Amino acid sequence: MQAFAILEPNRFRIVELLRSGARPVNDIAKRLKLNQPQVSKHLLVLKKARLVEVKPHAQQRFYALRAEPFRELHEWLEKYRHLWDARFEGMDKLIEEELEKKQEEKPHGRK
Amino acid sequence: MAENRGFEPPMNDTFMELRSDREIVIARTFRGPARIVFDVYTRADLVKRWWAPKSLGARMLDCQADVRPGGTYRYLIRAGGGEEYAFSGRYTEVTPYSRLVYTQVFEPMADAGEVIVTATFDEFDGNTRFVSRELYPSKEARDATIASGMEKGMRETMNQLDELVVSLKGGAE
Repeated sequence: MQAFAILEPNRFRIVELLRSGARPVNDIAKRLKLNQPQVSKHLLVLKKARLVEVKPHAQQRFYALRAEPFRELHEWLEKYRHLWDARFEGMDKLIEEELEKKQEEKPHGRK
Repeated sequence: MAENRGFEPPMNDTFMELRSDREIVIARTFRGPARIVFDVYTRADLVKRWWAPKSLGARMLDCQADVRPGGTYRYLIRAGGGEEYAFSGRYTEVTPYSRLVYTQVFEPMADAGEVIVTATFDEFDGNTRFVSRELYPSKEARDATIASGMEKGMRETMNQLDELVVSLKGGAE
């Protein structure tokens, strides 16, 4: 799951910025107050992870988000959350059962 | 204790956060003391009733758990599609009702390595906050393990990028 490349904080900021549209390296660097080599390095990681793609535009290289991997990551996370939700609901029921049992054992207990 | 009303997030919200590309944190609050939540989480006869959710088409075929340091466990599951697989591992730390550390191997991919799970149970006002930290040996192992818990065809509607960024914000800060 290459999409986890996004979890580095500066890469996350870059991805957030690119949500508003494709931008060249120098523009990204300026807006995020990062130096250009740093941004280039992050963009390379994001590109390798296939999270961004390069679009040539007016003799400049614009970096743009690719939608697919983000959907994949989100879908994956939601599935796992769904599994645990279902497990925890099962646990809720058992906890209730155990609490009831405890109350039966101690008829005068308050809790 | 009676009128203590601070900020309370919904009790049964499942919190999930990615802390790195190998770690997942899952948290949930239960209505019950730590002693009971710990039992439900660990005791084989109880685990058998929640680990493989029926609502997802899964079924637990066998559940063994020797909950003490050095003890082992094995959960055998049949997924909705009919395939069988097991999770197993060893408890490395057992502090009754408050903390548990154990390894977890997804047997069909045993050579991918072990997950190290650290689970804590914190009781407050008769409720228990459960937090589980799963540290995976690699991204591949994590993806395979998680995919295995799902019924095939349980694909959710594709969500938009906006929602993803919102859900990831917590993890990146």
